[in-house]
Amino acid sequence: MTATAANPNIQMPPAIDAHLVLDGLTIYYGSREAVARTDLAIPRARVTAIIGPSGCGKSTLLRSLNRMHETVPGGRAEGRVLLDGANIYDPSVDPIHVRRRIGMVFQQPNPLRARTIAENVSIGLELDGIGRREKEAAVERALKRAALWDEVADRLDRPGTALSGGQQQRLCLARALAVEPELILMDEPASALDPIATLRIEELIRELMTEITIVIVTHNMQQAARVSDYTMFMNLNERGSGGVVEAGPTQMIFTAPKSKQTEDYITGRFG
Amino acid sequence: MRTEISADSRRIRLGRQLQHGDLIFWIVALLFAVLVVVLLGAIIAVTWSGSADARHAFGWHFLTTTAWNPVSGQFGALPAIYGTIVSSIIALLFAAPLGVMIAIFLNSLCPAKLRMPIGMMVELLAAIPSVVYGMWGIFVFIPFFRSYISTPLSKTVGSALPLFSGPVNVGRGLLVAGIILAIMILPTIAAISRDVLAVVPNSQREAMLALGATRWEVIRHAELPYARAGIVGGMMLGLGRALGETMAATMVIGNTPKIHASLFQPATTAASLIASQLPNANTDLHSSALIYLALVLFLITLVANSIARALVWRVSRTGSGA
Amino acid sequence: MAQAIVGRRYRRRVLVNRLMLVLTVLATVISLVPLVLILVYVAEQGIGSLSIDFLTHTFRPISFGTTSTGGGVLHAIVGTVIITGFALLLAVPIGIMAGVYLSEYPGNAASTAIRFCVDVLSAMPSIVVGVTAYVLIVQRVKSFSGFAGSVALVVLMVPIITRTTEEILRLVPQTSREAAIALGAPKWRTTLTIVLPMALSGIATGVLLAFARAAGETAPLLVTVLGNNNLTYDLFGPMQALPLLAYRYTEQPYTVLNQQAWGAAFLLVVIVLGINILVRIVTRPRSHR
Ligand SMILES: Nc1ncnc2c1ncn2[C@@H]1O[C@H](COP(=O)(O)OP(=O)(O)O)[C@@H](O)[C@H]1O
Ligand SMILES: [Mg+2]
Repeated sequence: MTATAANPNIQMPPAIDAHLVLDGLTIYYGSREAVARTDLAIPRARVTAIIGPSGCGKSTLLRSLNRMHETVPGGRAEGRVLLDGANIYDPSVDPIHVRRRIGMVFQQPNPLRARTIAENVSIGLELDGIGRREKEAAVERALKRAALWDEVADRLDRPGTALSGGQQQRLCLARALAVEPELILMDEPASALDPIATLRIEELIRELMTEITIVIVTHNMQQAARVSDYTMFMNLNERGSGGVVEAGPTQMIFTAPKSKQTEDYITGRFG
Repeated sequence: MRTEISADSRRIRLGRQLQHGDLIFWIVALLFAVLVVVLLGAIIAVTWSGSADARHAFGWHFLTTTAWNPVSGQFGALPAIYGTIVSSIIALLFAAPLGVMIAIFLNSLCPAKLRMPIGMMVELLAAIPSVVYGMWGIFVFIPFFRSYISTPLSKTVGSALPLFSGPVNVGRGLLVAGIILAIMILPTIAAISRDVLAVVPNSQREAMLALGATRWEVIRHAELPYARAGIVGGMMLGLGRALGETMAATMVIGNTPKIHASLFQPATTAASLIASQLPNANTDLHSSALIYLALVLFLITLVANSIARALVWRVSRTGSGA
Repeated sequence: MAQAIVGRRYRRRVLVNRLMLVLTVLATVISLVPLVLILVYVAEQGIGSLSIDFLTHTFRPISFGTTSTGGGVLHAIVGTVIITGFALLLAVPIGIMAGVYLSEYPGNAASTAIRFCVDVLSAMPSIVVGVTAYVLIVQRVKSFSGFAGSVALVVLMVPIITRTTEEILRLVPQTSREAAIALGAPKWRTTLTIVLPMALSGIATGVLLAFARAAGETAPLLVTVLGNNNLTYDLFGPMQALPLLAYRYTEQPYTVLNQQAWGAAFLLVVIVLGINILVRIVTRPRSHR
C-alpha cells in the first residue's frame, strides 16, 4: 500500500480488510493546510482511536471522513477517501448519502431542542419517510443498542434535553444508530461526561464494534488503550499543520512506539 | 455576615458619592429617566380621564356595539376594532411567511457580500414614512388592485364567497389596507426572525447535517423549531405595528365605520377613525369616545407587544424554543 | 457508490430542498419589489414638481381653469423644521440622560421599571400619543398648535434615543471607566468626560434616527398641529408640516396639489432614507454574525 511507502510508521495491517482508505487526503481551512497529506487504511468492524495534543487536527481529520468538514466556512479537502473502494469525494456523490452511511457523535451532546426523546431518535428515518409502526420499532431498537431503552422507555415523549449529560450522549448515539450506518465517527464523545457515564459509553463502543466500524477521537490515552484496536497518533509538524505521525495496533503504539514523538506523548512528556 | 459587608461598602460608596458630587449626578440622571415613566404615566392618565364621559355613557357596550353616529351621539367601537384586527391579521398572513423566508435567506443562503445590502434594503421598508405608503396605495396600488385582483376575483369567486364579493369600484377597503400594512411590517418580522435564527447554536445544525439532512431539512428540523418562539414573537411585534399604524390605513381603508362581509368594501380602523375625526369632533361625547378608542387601541397593542417581547426574550436569553 | 443506499424519498427530498431554497430567494425578491416601486414612483413624481418656486413659496389658492403652479411648500418645510427641531431640543436631553442612567446604574428596580416604560413607549401607536397631546394641550388652550405636535413627537423620539444611548454606552469598555476611577475621578466626571465622548458618534446615530422617525410622522400632527396654509413661525398656533401637507394635498381634487404632495413626499423620503442609509453605512450593525 502507498500508505506504508509514504510513512514507514503507519502500520495498519493490510491483512484486515479496509473499510475506509485515506488516499492522499489533505485538509484545509481556506488556504491554510490543517492536516497534511495522509495515506492510511481504517479496518472494518474495529475501533480506531485518534490521539494527539489539542489543535493537531484530530477533529478536522475525523470530520473530513463523512464530508462534515466542508460545512464550515472555508473547509475543503483534497485527495480521496474510499468507502468500500468508492471515493466519497467524487463529484458525482451527494454528501447526504455519505453522511447517511457514516454517522457522527459530537463532543457536546446535541439532542435537538424542542423535540422529544422518540423524535430525536427517529428524525433521521423521518427524512426518508417512514411508517408509524416501523418508526416505533426502529426507535426501540436504536435505544436498546445505545443501552438507553430501560432508562427512557416510560418517557419517550419527554424533551431530549431533560436527560442527564450521559443519557443525552447515548441518545445522540441512538439517533446516529437509528439510520443503520456502517461506520460511526465519535469526536471525544465522553469528554463532557462523568467517569461512570464515560464507562457506559466505552462499553457501548466495545459492543458496537462487532457490527460497526468506529473511529473515535480522544485526548485520553487510557481511553484509547481501553477501547481501541488500532491507534493513530497525530501531532503538529514543523509547518504548523497536523499530521499522522504513527499508526498501528493499539498494543504496539502503547508498548513499542516507533516514533520518538509518540513515545514522548504516551509517556506524558508533552501534550 | 454578607449583608453587613455590603451595607458597609454601600455606606462607604455613598460617602464617596457625596464627596464628589456623584449623588447630584445620580439624582439628575434619575430625574431625567423618571421623566420617561412620567410620559408613559401621562398617556395612560390622560386617555383614562379624557375617556371618562364615553366610558360612563357606554361602558363595555362600547366594544360590542356597531353604531357610530356623531350626530345622534351613538358610539360603538366594534367596526373600528373589527377593521383594526382584520386588517392586521391580513397583514400578518402576507408578511409572516415572507418575513421568515427572507430571514432564512439572509441567515443561511445569501452570499456574504450581498447580506448587508439586501438586509439594509429590507430594513429601509420600515423607514419609509407611512404617509408615503398611503399615497402610493392611493395612486398606484389601488388602481392596480382594482383592475387585476378585486374585479376578477369578485366576478368569479366572489359570487360564491361573500368575503370576495363586489362592488369593487371604491377601491379602498380592508384587503388593500391589509396588503399595504403587510409591506410595512415585513421588515420587523424579517429582522427579528433573522436575529433569533442567528442564535441557533451550530451544534443543532450539525445534529441534522450528520444524519444526512439537506440544507432545507436542517432549517426545517433544527433551526425553525429552535427559534420558533422568537419567530412568533417577531410576528407579534409586527402585528403590534400593524394594529397601531395610522396613516397608511387611514388613506387606503376608506374610513367607513361599518362591518361588511366583503374584504373589498371600505372599513375603518381604530387609529384611522381617531385621526380622521378627532380634529373635527364638535361634541364632548364625540371626542371622549375617540379618546376611549385610543385607550382601547393602546391596550390591544400593549397585549400584543408584551406577548411578543416575552417570546423573543425567551429564545435569545435561555435559548429554549420549546 | 450510493445507489444501494439511496433513500426511498431521495429524489423528492432533493426537489423539496431546491424548491424551498428558490422560494426564499423569491420571497426576498418579492419583498424588495414594493421598495423599488415606491422609491421609483416617488422620485418620478417628486422630482418633476421640484422647483425654486416649490421650495420658496407658500400655498397659493387655486381656481378652476387656471394653470397656476399652486405656489410651494415653504410653510411646510419651516413648520417641520420648527416642530421637529423643538421636539429634538426636549427629547435629546431626556433621552440621553435616561440612557446614561440605564447603562451606568443598571440592575436596580428603578432601571428595570424605566426600561419597561421605554419598551412600552417605543411600541406605542403614534396616534395614541397624538391623542394625549390633543387632550393635554389642544383641548386645554382651545387651539391647535405646533407646540402640541412637538410634545407628541418628543414621546416618539425619547425611546429611540434612550435605547441607542444605553446600548452604545454598554459597549464602552469597563476598563476605561475603571482607569478613570482608579485615578480618583468621580463617577460623574468619568461619565461626562470619558464615557459619553467615546460614545458620541453612537449617540448621534440614535438622535438622527429619532429625528428621521419624527420628521415622517403624520398621525400625531394631524390631531395636534392641524395644518396651516400660511407661513408662520408661531409655535403656539396651527402650523403646516411636510407629511401633513402631503396627506392633505393627496386628498384634494386638484392635480396641482397632488403633484405638490408628491414633491413633499419626495423631500421626506430623501431626508428619512438618507439618514437611515447614512447611519447604517457608518455603523454597519450587521456586518458580522
Ligand atoms: N472553523 C475553523 N476555521 C479555521 N481553522 C480552524 C477551524 N476549526 C479548527 N481550526 C484549526 O484547525 C486546527 C485543528 O483543529 P482541530 O481539528 O479542532 O484540532 P483537535 O481536534 O485536534 O483539537 C487548529 O489549528 C484550529 O485552530
Ligand atoms: Mg477536537
